[in-house]
Amino acid sequence: MIASNDRLKWPLSMVLVTIILVPVMAGLSEILLAAMGFIPALGQYSLSFDAWHQLIQMPGLGTSLRLTLVTGFGATAISLVMALVASCWLYDGLRGRWLRAAIVPILAAPHAAMAIGLAFLIAPSGWLARLFSPWLTGWHLPPDLAIVNDLAGLSLILGLVVKEVPFLLLVCLAALSRLSVAEHLKVAKSLGYQGADAWFKLVVPALYPLIRLPVFVVLVYSLSNVDMALILAPSTPPTLAVATMRWFYDADIQRLLPASAAAITLLVVMVLSVLVWEACVSMLGMLNRHSTQQGLRGTSWLLLQRLLVPTMLSLCLLGLLSLLVLIVWSLTWQWPYPNALPTVWSLRHWSQLLGDVLPASLAIALLTSCLASIMSIAWLQLQENAAQQGRFEWSKLTLWLIYVPLLVPQIAFLYGLKVSFLRVGINGGMGAVIWAHVLFVFPYVMLMLQGPWQAFDQRYVHVAASLSKPPWQQLWQVKIPLLLRPILLAWAVGIAVSISQYLATIMIGAGRIDTLTTEAISLASGADRRLTGMFGLLQLLIPLLAFVMAMLLPRMMYGHINQRAAP
Amino acid sequence: MNKGLKQSPVPNGLQTSLKTGLKTGCLAAALLLSALSSASSWQQTLDAAQGQTVYWHAWGGDQRTNDFIRYVGQQTNKRYGVSIKQVKLASTAEAVSQVVAEKASGQDSQGAVDMIWINGPNFLAMKQQGLLHGPFVDELPNAQYLDLTPNSAASIDFTEPVAGLEVPWRLARFVFIHNSQRLPPAEVPKSMAQLLTWAQNHPGRMTHPSVSNFMGASFLKQALIELAPNPALLQSLATDATFATTVAPLWRWYDALRPHLWRAGTTLPENEAIQQQMLNDGVVDIAMAFDPAAAAAGIASGLLPASARVYVPNIGSLGNISFVAIPYNASHIAGAKVVANFLLQPEIQAHMQNINVLGSFSVLDESTLNKQQQGFFDALPRSKALPTLTDLGPTLLEPHASWMTRLKQTWQQRYSQ
Repeated sequence: MIASNDRLKWPLSMVLVTIILVPVMAGLSEILLAAMGFIPALGQYSLSFDAWHQLIQMPGLGTSLRLTLVTGFGATAISLVMALVASCWLYDGLRGRWLRAAIVPILAAPHAAMAIGLAFLIAPSGWLARLFSPWLTGWHLPPDLAIVNDLAGLSLILGLVVKEVPFLLLVCLAALSRLSVAEHLKVAKSLGYQGADAWFKLVVPALYPLIRLPVFVVLVYSLSNVDMALILAPSTPPTLAVATMRWFYDADIQRLLPASAAAITLLVVMVLSVLVWEACVSMLGMLNRHSTQQGLRGTSWLLLQRLLVPTMLSLCLLGLLSLLVLIVWSLTWQWPYPNALPTVWSLRHWSQLLGDVLPASLAIALLTSCLASIMSIAWLQLQENAAQQGRFEWSKLTLWLIYVPLLVPQIAFLYGLKVSFLRVGINGGMGAVIWAHVLFVFPYVMLMLQGPWQAFDQRYVHVAASLSKPPWQQLWQVKIPLLLRPILLAWAVGIAVSISQYLATIMIGAGRIDTLTTEAISLASGADRRLTGMFGLLQLLIPLLAFVMAMLLPRMMYGHINQRAAP
Repeated sequence: MNKGLKQSPVPNGLQTSLKTGLKTGCLAAALLLSALSSASSWQQTLDAAQGQTVYWHAWGGDQRTNDFIRYVGQQTNKRYGVSIKQVKLASTAEAVSQVVAEKASGQDSQGAVDMIWINGPNFLAMKQQGLLHGPFVDELPNAQYLDLTPNSAASIDFTEPVAGLEVPWRLARFVFIHNSQRLPPAEVPKSMAQLLTWAQNHPGRMTHPSVSNFMGASFLKQALIELAPNPALLQSLATDATFATTVAPLWRWYDALRPHLWRAGTTLPENEAIQQQMLNDGVVDIAMAFDPAAAAAGIASGLLPASARVYVPNIGSLGNISFVAIPYNASHIAGAKVVANFLLQPEIQAHMQNINVLGSFSVLDESTLNKQQQGFFDALPRSKALPTLTDLGPTLLEPHASWMTRLKQTWQQRYSQ
């Protein structure tokens, strides 16, 4: 059994603790200190609640919080329902091949680029309006309609849904491949449940536990994102995450105190949100069981199912058109309203592209994601061994800590991390940047991998053990090949996360490491669509290649095993 | 020895120490001695700087500025063996927080930031926290081309004395940008009262950047100077009493204006670049910038229609100067000084003012330039979208930084709930 592999346990644990847990705890404690008014660099030495008083008095705090919660929960709930309905339609691989292909570029696109493309697509001065103006709409000037930055946050919800449905769909499909869906459905059919009704009554309750963590990722991202909120959400006041970032960036350095308090608040809001979400889900589960026990044969899902194809079609169309419009912009010099296409085209932006940022971005992303994947496997394996031996392991107790970098506003956590790094003499450098990226990539990889790992059928390992394979061979020759698909998928997500890191690169790298993303963000400041288009495409291409690899490689290498292993 | 070296040290050093010498009323002998030592100390700086790479943290949102910085780096490398690596920031606060983090962890030397493009509130914050190196402006030979009298624009940054802690390098002026095809120059609203009337007649056709942004706050300040009953009060610290009475007319004006703004003022563009994009998209008819060359530069880079022009209100407009400062713990202080000095070289200032390069106005005091140096400026090409200094009218002084802080807070309380 793998469990017997105890010799490696301690060194492995030490590595994981040093690389992941120590910096996370150090970073978190710096923010806590700042939130309690302790920043010696600013001459603040005494612990107090001043920061919290200042925070509570911030105008618009309540509206910011409400906007954050509405967009966060709204986007997550809509995305999840759509992904679940779509996976019902797609699970057997017979239908909707176009959909599987269409989601890949949307999945790989950076959030910020997607938001800029979408905003330009749907705005009253945007592409759709230009295509029909003025000959149809009569708009010689763009009308003052609240389509983007609407006060209710609907355009932010739309942007998040366009981006997150593909992610959740992919996660659902990966999880479904491990459930015996056909048998579930056969049972359902014999009990008289049809289509989506059967799906939601029998399959989804078995599926949800496997995708719970990725759903949390979507919830947490929707609540805390800055990239999309800056472009699509209203600004007076903005979402809590954007407000926190503004306070951190305030020219008045003393604002670091309320900003840190806001960062801690955001952390608490997110933890509570996850708990509330889970409570809602278990309530829905109870209702679902109740109606099943009552023998109700609902048709309510049928409507959803009918709406599915047109909805998914328009969603994918929105996503793909947003990307297409970025391609057009990257080739644009001038494009005034209401021309349907640019009036002056140009290759100038592409030809001026600096060559040295591409290799750096690639190297950082590849190294980061590989490291994070290896460490995730090590972590999960340690945890599993401990569970099998009935031991209580540190890795279980501290698991929540690895998610801190995702839960705290990036700027806050990075400020804390930066101070901690400097304390031990690390100031900039490629190694430090990769280390910081790992802290952000690792939790994503873990979230992607945890479900599949825990759902793995241990009988395969038992067979290998009974053939006297040593533990590392059991892992290397049996478990990893069988889990190659989810591992590579997690790795590809890791690449996408690493490529899009801006603050982690600039702050931890002391501004000395240039990547595609640092160039793109500092140059465009969110305004030059031509540059955003070009950099957005480049940022998209690298994860896209990784996703395509993650999808094709297992089929090429272990197609025969996978076919037999799959139900 | 190359040209730059031959030209500068001795006479410039003499001039610098002449100033110091006269101020302190020293004897001629002492004067000569200090002149010699000043020249040789600059030579020491040049020697120390040789081979250094200066990490210049500068907002990277403008391609033309980035290109200019690259050009300056090529020149300093050729002339002094000092190269420049621009660390492109999305916000100057990133550099400030880097230095704060370094100080927090006790790294008092070998810091990552050698030079920052800075001004206003960021400068004030760093000065107050003791995060800056200097005073060092007097050490620079090219400081002779600056008007450094106590009340000059180059000596005061948002009413805060520069105290030799930062060196000016480019001039910024508040301007409105308009599309002259949609809004002819004869019809532009040239006062805040006219702007209100114009907005009432053209609802939804104008906006301003978010007030949490520098540009948005500057718009309010520009309006405040015009509307305040006693604008002189703005030059000193805002108190509860002076603030309330001074700002009351501004809020009355803004309350009247707001419903006629784009989206009735309920949402605002994040920064001036996005507002400029709205002008280009035809969403609004008026935008604003802190750069007299904004329209010309926007046209040259395809971001604005060829008919874009700038104008300033009748009473003049806010002006301030962009500076460079050196953090107290910079790794390459000598190199940073060489770069700061080189930025003041008359031919470099003229190059910067060239509309095909940057179009930013020079910070030099014209009266200090000789014929040949004046010639650099006279030979510059013209652009229809580039205003002359006369077009720009009088420069209004930035209010004390406390006004901006209070304006932002009160605005948020009133309009961002």
